[in-house]
Amino acid sequence: MNERTARLRQESLDAIPSLDPERAQLMTAFYREHLGRHAVPVMRALAFKHLCEHKTVWIGAGELIVGERGPRPKAVPTYPELTCHSVEDLRILDTRPMTRYRVPETMVEAYERDIIPYWRGRSLRDQIFAVLPGEWHDAYEAGVFTEFMEQRAPGHTVLDDKIYGRGLRDFQADIAAAKAVLDFERDSEAEDKRSQLEAMDFSCEALILLAERHAMEAERQAAKAEPARAAELRRIAEVCRRVPAQAPRDFQEALQSYWFCHQGVITELNGWDAFSPGHLDQHLWPFYQRGLEDGSLTREAARELLECFFVKFNNHTSPSKVGVTAAESGTYTDFANLNLAGLLPDGSDGSNELTDLLLEIIEQMHLLQPSSNVQVSRKTPDAILKHALRVIRNGYGFPSLFNADTVVEEQLRQGKSLEDARAGGCSGCVEVGAFGKEAYILTGYFNLPKMLELALHDGRDPRTGRQLGPRTGDPATVGSFEQVVKAFETQTRHFLDLKIRGNQVIERIYATRMPVPFLSVLTDDCIRKGRDYNAGGARYNNTFIQAVGIGSVTDSLSAMKQVVFEHQTLALPKLVSALDADFRDQEPLRQRLLHKTPKYGNDDAAADDVMVRVFSFLFESIDGRPNGKGGAYRLEMLPTTCHVYFGQVCLASADGRRAGEPLSEGISPVQGADRCGPTAVLRSAGKMDHAKTGGTLLNMKFTPSLLEGEGGIERLQHLVRTYFKMDGHHVQFNVVTAAKLWEAQAHPESHRDLIVRVAGYSDYFCDLSSELQEEIIRRTEHDTFAS
Amino acid sequence: MTEEWTPIPAGKGRIFNIQRFSLQDGPGLRTTVFLKGCPLACAWCHNPESQSIDRELVTMEGRCIACGSCHGVSEPEACVDACPTGARQLLGRDLSVEDLVGEVLRDRLFFDESGGGVTLSGGEPLSQALFVLQALADLRRRGIHTALDTCGLGRRRDLLAAAALTDLVLFDLKHMNDAQHRAWTGTGNAGILANLEALGRVHGQIWIRVPVIPGVNDDAANLEATARFVARVPGVRRLDLLPYHSTGAAKFRRLGREYHLEQIPLPAPEHMAGLADLFRAHGIAVTVGGHP
Repeated sequence: MNERTARLRQESLDAIPSLDPERAQLMTAFYREHLGRHAVPVMRALAFKHLCEHKTVWIGAGELIVGERGPRPKAVPTYPELTCHSVEDLRILDTRPMTRYRVPETMVEAYERDIIPYWRGRSLRDQIFAVLPGEWHDAYEAGVFTEFMEQRAPGHTVLDDKIYGRGLRDFQADIAAAKAVLDFERDSEAEDKRSQLEAMDFSCEALILLAERHAMEAERQAAKAEPARAAELRRIAEVCRRVPAQAPRDFQEALQSYWFCHQGVITELNGWDAFSPGHLDQHLWPFYQRGLEDGSLTREAARELLECFFVKFNNHTSPSKVGVTAAESGTYTDFANLNLAGLLPDGSDGSNELTDLLLEIIEQMHLLQPSSNVQVSRKTPDAILKHALRVIRNGYGFPSLFNADTVVEEQLRQGKSLEDARAGGCSGCVEVGAFGKEAYILTGYFNLPKMLELALHDGRDPRTGRQLGPRTGDPATVGSFEQVVKAFETQTRHFLDLKIRGNQVIERIYATRMPVPFLSVLTDDCIRKGRDYNAGGARYNNTFIQAVGIGSVTDSLSAMKQVVFEHQTLALPKLVSALDADFRDQEPLRQRLLHKTPKYGNDDAAADDVMVRVFSFLFESIDGRPNGKGGAYRLEMLPTTCHVYFGQVCLASADGRRAGEPLSEGISPVQGADRCGPTAVLRSAGKMDHAKTGGTLLNMKFTPSLLEGEGGIERLQHLVRTYFKMDGHHVQFNVVTAAKLWEAQAHPESHRDLIVRVAGYSDYFCDLSSELQEEIIRRTEHDTFAS
Repeated sequence: MTEEWTPIPAGKGRIFNIQRFSLQDGPGLRTTVFLKGCPLACAWCHNPESQSIDRELVTMEGRCIACGSCHGVSEPEACVDACPTGARQLLGRDLSVEDLVGEVLRDRLFFDESGGGVTLSGGEPLSQALFVLQALADLRRRGIHTALDTCGLGRRRDLLAAAALTDLVLFDLKHMNDAQHRAWTGTGNAGILANLEALGRVHGQIWIRVPVIPGVNDDAANLEATARFVARVPGVRRLDLLPYHSTGAAKFRRLGREYHLEQIPLPAPEHMAGLADLFRAHGIAVTVGGHP
């Protein structure tokens, strides 16, 4: 970092997250006047244009890359057309101890006076909840599943290379060409397509207008600035007049063009995981090479621009939720995720000198956002992997590591072309997609251990006494392990069906009422098809359900199998009543379940075979079912932080877990259940057929002593390469001592900068809930076993 | 502690631990098989549970919740079964070569990737020589890199037969003075030194391992003598200085045995570096802690 970027970084760290009413007010005023006058896509595009025309333009002192979603850094807008905060929500956000957002009193007043009265009943969330069946609401409230699209729009989307060779004016030409060939005689959807294309065209104009307003602001500031800064500002003005309208000509323009597109996507709606530039090292490589060749760029100048670019990501705190509990995903990060290395579309190694430069920046900037990952293929040089591991060793939890070859294989299985698959990668936490060509939508987490709990109670939720699922038999009548598994499968199938039924409704509502014309411009083949991203316009459309707690449910089933059916030391009804009583007065039983039964994560077939069986059942039950966009449902094994919430809604379980404690996360073993070291964990996890998923998440924790020196780096490298040989999808490492975590918990004030890997992303340890903190501490410390 | 004398069934080996992701017993990521039974009784032994070839019933005190489940259960296996927490453990598992090989092969992909393999350690593997020879032969047939970690004391022909079947020999040297050796390990060093000389003539991959125990064997005179001796053995490729650590203490207590080295300080890194230089002066490739 130089003086400029060190200062920008510090300002970003010091900025306090707040909510800002500007967007909500502009949106409300626009809707009041225009609703009903235009076709829906046009209405949305004009609303977007209204925002671009009137939002406050911010250019901070010393910035080289410009553009803020809100009127200043970390000022987060709201999206009342999608989900409208109540006054109580705003008050809680302003006062809760964790991931707090300051809310100005003027905003609360504006909400009370204008915004809430207008949007109540009109917001998409209200519309969705009104049409979902009662059964769906019951399951949702019981913690059977969550629903992503009730608060934020479909997202997890990543840009490909399309904006580096072309500008929005070129896309407008494509739009005009698509309009010109509409067949109004034979295509009954031609008019819909026309308004969709018109909306896309408006949205391009809107973003070009926003860029022009930044150019004007830069010139305004230049008039008053000292000469050196004035020159920079004049250059910024020039850049903003060039991009995103036209193709970028150099490194700075390339970064700025992306950043305007990023602004456009996250201003238009609050899609999940913001937006990501994808293979940044690959996309920037031609500009970097050319700049070095013609002398217009140096490595240090590129570093400075990239560091300015990183600060912009960090300035963008995630949109806050409504119905606030923070339990589901309490974090400021918005999950933008850079892909490094990987493969080129022709199958050759995609790493270059910028991969190393970006890794250096990731290490030195040490920011919460953007998150980063390295796509490791068979062709990725060891030097790149080792560089990544040296950054990981610092203990920030990133970059995470993905198996680029498996990422391609997963996509080929879904029917994508080889080139599109290679140009794809991962976003959010671990989700796989074809960048710039796919709507790959996460729909919500699914609570697997809750399914077993229901199966053991004849479909009744023991927490509430309500009959939630189908009646699959009283435990007293269950005579075999097969019957337990069948009951578990019946419950799972029932609630997956219910979840998918809900999703179909929600997808349809988005498709018809909440199009995203600007994102559609950026996503192939929306222009060619004249269809919106939310309505199946993308070339590929996959919808994911994320299963949570496979470790917990595996250990519970394998424990039951052994204790109840093989050793027959305990009858099933007795076990169930012990679970209902949270093992009260039955500690020896709990200990036996904890310590003497087969556990996933130890390379023990007695447990791992159960895992494979549960996984296969989930796959069969989900994969390939049609979604509303011409695509299919897919399985994902990802928890984010939902395993904590799902644990809270489950009673004690047969793996010895007490009521309310967190479930296992991702495909990691139950916290502390793996006793045979990291190779056994990787072997167990490798028994899952990763290629059949859209992503799996494996978290491992190492103490620094194990990773000392080059030997430590080589050991990690061998573990990663071997896991990837087994087709493992992803692995990430927490490198920190338990003692340090305890210390941070006791004295948060002196450990505010402690970043740990949570689940697919990194977060400040002190911002996590105490449950999550303790869970991270409990995750097995894989250390060497000096015997 | 209860010692339980049960004969090892024919064709089986008695193993007290199989350690995966083992990093200090040869190159790469390894699986180390610890066999029970050792002719030495080193005061600092970090695996005292490996010394006796008998099975031993122990209590891991940290795990015991005093539930009383094992009270009045005298038969060791029943006692282990009765314990819900895993605090009561019977050390010593009898495995066939086939079962052992099946278990260690699980990490084969890790071996391939890292240039690792399997290390047979102990205890003293040569105290179960027939089993060790069969296991080494089986692993060699499957193309697995093997190492034999020996205290050096055993029948010469067993050692040489095992050496012929293994890629690497890790050979411990504790003290060059016979009387001191006897005082600290219970046995003199003559047989060990003679075995090393014989081994050095037929095997080209020997790593010498010297545990550095402050006040016991870390004086310059002993280490000079060690260096001079080792420098003459042709097959020696490197020498690892292994700094003393006190993890054996808790294990001695768990076995109900006395640990005589409680007050020994851990060797300082500078001290270890100085000792390493002493060996380098003799042209010996040396590491501290086994990490080059």
